[in-house]
Amino acid sequence: MTAAGRPASAAVAAAAEGEAPLLSVRRLGKSFRLDRGRELAVLRDVSFDVGAGEVVALVGESGSGKSTTALLIARLLVPTTGEIRLRGVDVLASEPRHASLAYRRQVQMIFQDPFASLNPIHTIRYHLERPLLRHGEARAEADLAEKVNRLLETVGLTPAADFARRHPHQLSGGQRQRVAIARALSVNPALIVADEPTSMLDVSLRIDLLNLMRDIKSDRRIGYLFITHDLGSARYFADRLLVMYAGEIVEAGRSDDVLDAPAHPYTRLLISSVPSATAALGAPEEPGGGVVARTAPVIGRGCPFADRCPSVMDRCREQAPALRPLSPGRTVRCHLYP
Amino acid sequence: MRSLLENRKALVGLGILGVFAAVAAIGPWLVGDPTDFVAVPLLPPSFAHWLGTTAQGQDVLAQTVAGARSTLFLGVIVGLATVTVGAIVGTAAGYFGGWVDEVLSLVINLFLLMPGLPLCVVIAAYLPAGPVTIGLVLVITGWAWSARVIRAQALSLRQSVFVSSAVVIGESPLRIVLLEILPNMTSLLASSLIGATTYAIGAEVGLEFLGMGDLGAVTWGTNLYWASNDVALPSGSWWTFVPTGACIALCGFALALVNNALDEISNPRLSAERAFVRATGRKRLDLHAPTPVLKSVQGGSNAPR
Amino acid sequence: MPPADLLVIEDLRVEYLTEGGAVRVVDDVSFRIGAGEAYGLAGESGRGKSTIALAILRLLRPPAAITNGRVSFDGTDLLSLSASELRDFRWKQISLVTQSAMSALNPVLRVGDQITDAICAHEGVSRRVALERAAGLCDVVGIDRERLRSYPHELSGGMRQRAVIAIALCLHPKLIIMDEPTTALDVVVQKQILRRILALKEKMGFSILFITHDLALMLQICARVGILYAGRLLETAPAATILSAPQHPYTRGLMSCFLEVHQPRADRRGIPGAPPDPRYPLAGCPFHPRCAFAMDACRETRPPLAPRGARHESACLLPAGHGEAAK
Repeated sequence: MTAAGRPASAAVAAAAEGEAPLLSVRRLGKSFRLDRGRELAVLRDVSFDVGAGEVVALVGESGSGKSTTALLIARLLVPTTGEIRLRGVDVLASEPRHASLAYRRQVQMIFQDPFASLNPIHTIRYHLERPLLRHGEARAEADLAEKVNRLLETVGLTPAADFARRHPHQLSGGQRQRVAIARALSVNPALIVADEPTSMLDVSLRIDLLNLMRDIKSDRRIGYLFITHDLGSARYFADRLLVMYAGEIVEAGRSDDVLDAPAHPYTRLLISSVPSATAALGAPEEPGGGVVARTAPVIGRGCPFADRCPSVMDRCREQAPALRPLSPGRTVRCHLYP
Repeated sequence: MRSLLENRKALVGLGILGVFAAVAAIGPWLVGDPTDFVAVPLLPPSFAHWLGTTAQGQDVLAQTVAGARSTLFLGVIVGLATVTVGAIVGTAAGYFGGWVDEVLSLVINLFLLMPGLPLCVVIAAYLPAGPVTIGLVLVITGWAWSARVIRAQALSLRQSVFVSSAVVIGESPLRIVLLEILPNMTSLLASSLIGATTYAIGAEVGLEFLGMGDLGAVTWGTNLYWASNDVALPSGSWWTFVPTGACIALCGFALALVNNALDEISNPRLSAERAFVRATGRKRLDLHAPTPVLKSVQGGSNAPR
Repeated sequence: MPPADLLVIEDLRVEYLTEGGAVRVVDDVSFRIGAGEAYGLAGESGRGKSTIALAILRLLRPPAAITNGRVSFDGTDLLSLSASELRDFRWKQISLVTQSAMSALNPVLRVGDQITDAICAHEGVSRRVALERAAGLCDVVGIDRERLRSYPHELSGGMRQRAVIAIALCLHPKLIIMDEPTTALDVVVQKQILRRILALKEKMGFSILFITHDLALMLQICARVGILYAGRLLETAPAATILSAPQHPYTRGLMSCFLEVHQPRADRRGIPGAPPDPRYPLAGCPFHPRCAFAMDACRETRPPLAPRGARHESACLLPAGHGEAAK
């Protein structure tokens, strides 16, 4: 089955689960062309893997490129450079312009804003039926209704029949996010891209949503690309952590390792800035020091973090560091670790 | 849209339109042939002829009633056609973006810039006079306006997260446009339709008044044409044009009321503010006054003690 | 010795008068802020917290109305002031910093002009004097003096927020209400700005009403806090007490929802259920459907705020110290 008019990506559809990791991204980059011939590179040279049943978190602040990465993997944006391989198959080569239906079946997405990701005019039932119908998961009426109810039960929205007939505005934020998860699950994806799924929810609801995502993952061996700016959630949910700054990965490794012993100065700054109820705030830095307006990633020589780095050296302004292995499973992009 | 029926303005507007629709539908059978010579020309209103006679001895009431059918029918058709063309072009431009949008926007802008009246006159000069010509000319000069407005909203809806969500699920573009985007534009489409119909009626009457319609037919526009041609004003025979004019004005007014009511319904803040004024017993709403401090609330609070 | 009370709120009630009846958004809330004190108001989604901030300054727009309570600032009853008296009051005695700087800053005016305008409007000083004071404020909040000539869109989010803070400070108010002032900013910038605000507070002696949904942040910054739920204040206490010995089951639940960066992964549970819809309020305690300790009485009576210790009150029918071992 294909999206109307587009050639079938048989390669993607028929890819066997071989040695290759579930998702393999190499040198992914995205630039936007501005007027007057300038270019804004929001993502540069990003490479990582996600294995089946693994949760990889992309952590960073606004402007780091993490959301752009999510949109590229979900193929809502077209990359400027790089490769995306799903189960070993080079997706951008076999279906360069538009994602095939087969890709859509394997890679699903959960969005940040529960109040915006469901169309207000359709019922919950419609939202869950459409993917089932589109991907041939169910055809007969009875089968469809049963699958919809089962999905709602899986995400804890019971009584299912009751929720199915409601409209989004009748559900709370947390409930809507559960519907979004149910929707993503309906096609039995291999990978779910979750773009800040809990950041707009109440604190008391976040843990339960993360627990739901975790339970689903272990039941079905789904891989997650988890985008967040909240290090606490990343630690709770993710197996591996990728710290992003100015469009690049600056540090990567197992989430416990990175958060317990951060290597990159930015990671350290990030961790120390997270509000902690028990730690004192400290005195303000000298006026004018360390606070530089950083609106767009800096493209130029040297490390983009140089002007904010407490450990900056001369070399940092001259030459941009490359991502190098620090220890098995750990990489860092910093001249402090040659 | 049942809230429409609960809105006072909408009820008045729809009521007026309903009356006109009824007149247009059955009226002509009740009044006889409007082109018949019935009495002495330019008779003022009397019991025999409620609205008097024209300069050609025809019954003004019959003409007004007969005119309603042609004018309103054409007005609605043109309104529908204008918005349909506008919606197709506007949604395509807004949804596809890129070069499609560039091209379509250029076309829209061209048509917006084209001077309507001269164009109408030129086209009408080459085509046989009559409602079809007028209809065609009005749609050609009018579709761009709604296209622009609809494009803007389609563009904004295209960016909405639920559309991205539908794309990720794998929905086809046609389905997204028809089932995700358009249904969220109903209030804009309804409003455009009403606006287009108002424009159509006014412009149609205007063109016919200028003599571009089928002068042999009886429409509100030709009524006015003949009234003016037969020197109605200087001769003081107000009854030859006032009834038709009043009908046109009433229709426009009714359409505006319904449009206004639609505005109120789609903007919940407006009705909330109305309710607030009622509850606090104030005369008007002052948005810049400090938050009022009320000791008791009319209607009672529904919070438990 | 607790500081003298600067702001006293008693039984404040705010309702939205809609066609379907009055919707109570702030439900008989009472708390006090002392001079030079930072008081935090935390709560989850729903606009009760911001509504309180705006109600104090009577900035709520229709269909909101204040339908009960007293708001007393430095002895003056704010609820009885006229429009012109309020205009004099706002900014000179109490100022406001909101979440979105872009809604506070005029996009077509330079930042410096906005600061000097505020100064000149309230105090009859010359433009030159006002400009000098603005420059001084820039130093104090950590903006380059040259930035006074920039337009808001030319500044980064952090800079803009500092500009808004400068405007909030320019008339030396006694109380600054901050409604999620750093939510839209990166954590790194957030920390820098908040450090500076606290240093300023020490130096200039103003009080802060800090409103946020980020509990950890609030506990880090504020001396005393209040926990809001469904428009009702459920607990108020010094920050240290909330951390060590929270009394209300909701507060306890919230404390266990923290996902700390340095805690190793352990199985955690949130609070089941969801906050009530203000349009359909419940009888009794608003938290009872989600409370593990709910009793029959909880469904019927609304527990008033009762003292539990030094400046510590909790609106719960459970006896003091209940379940502390279970914490």
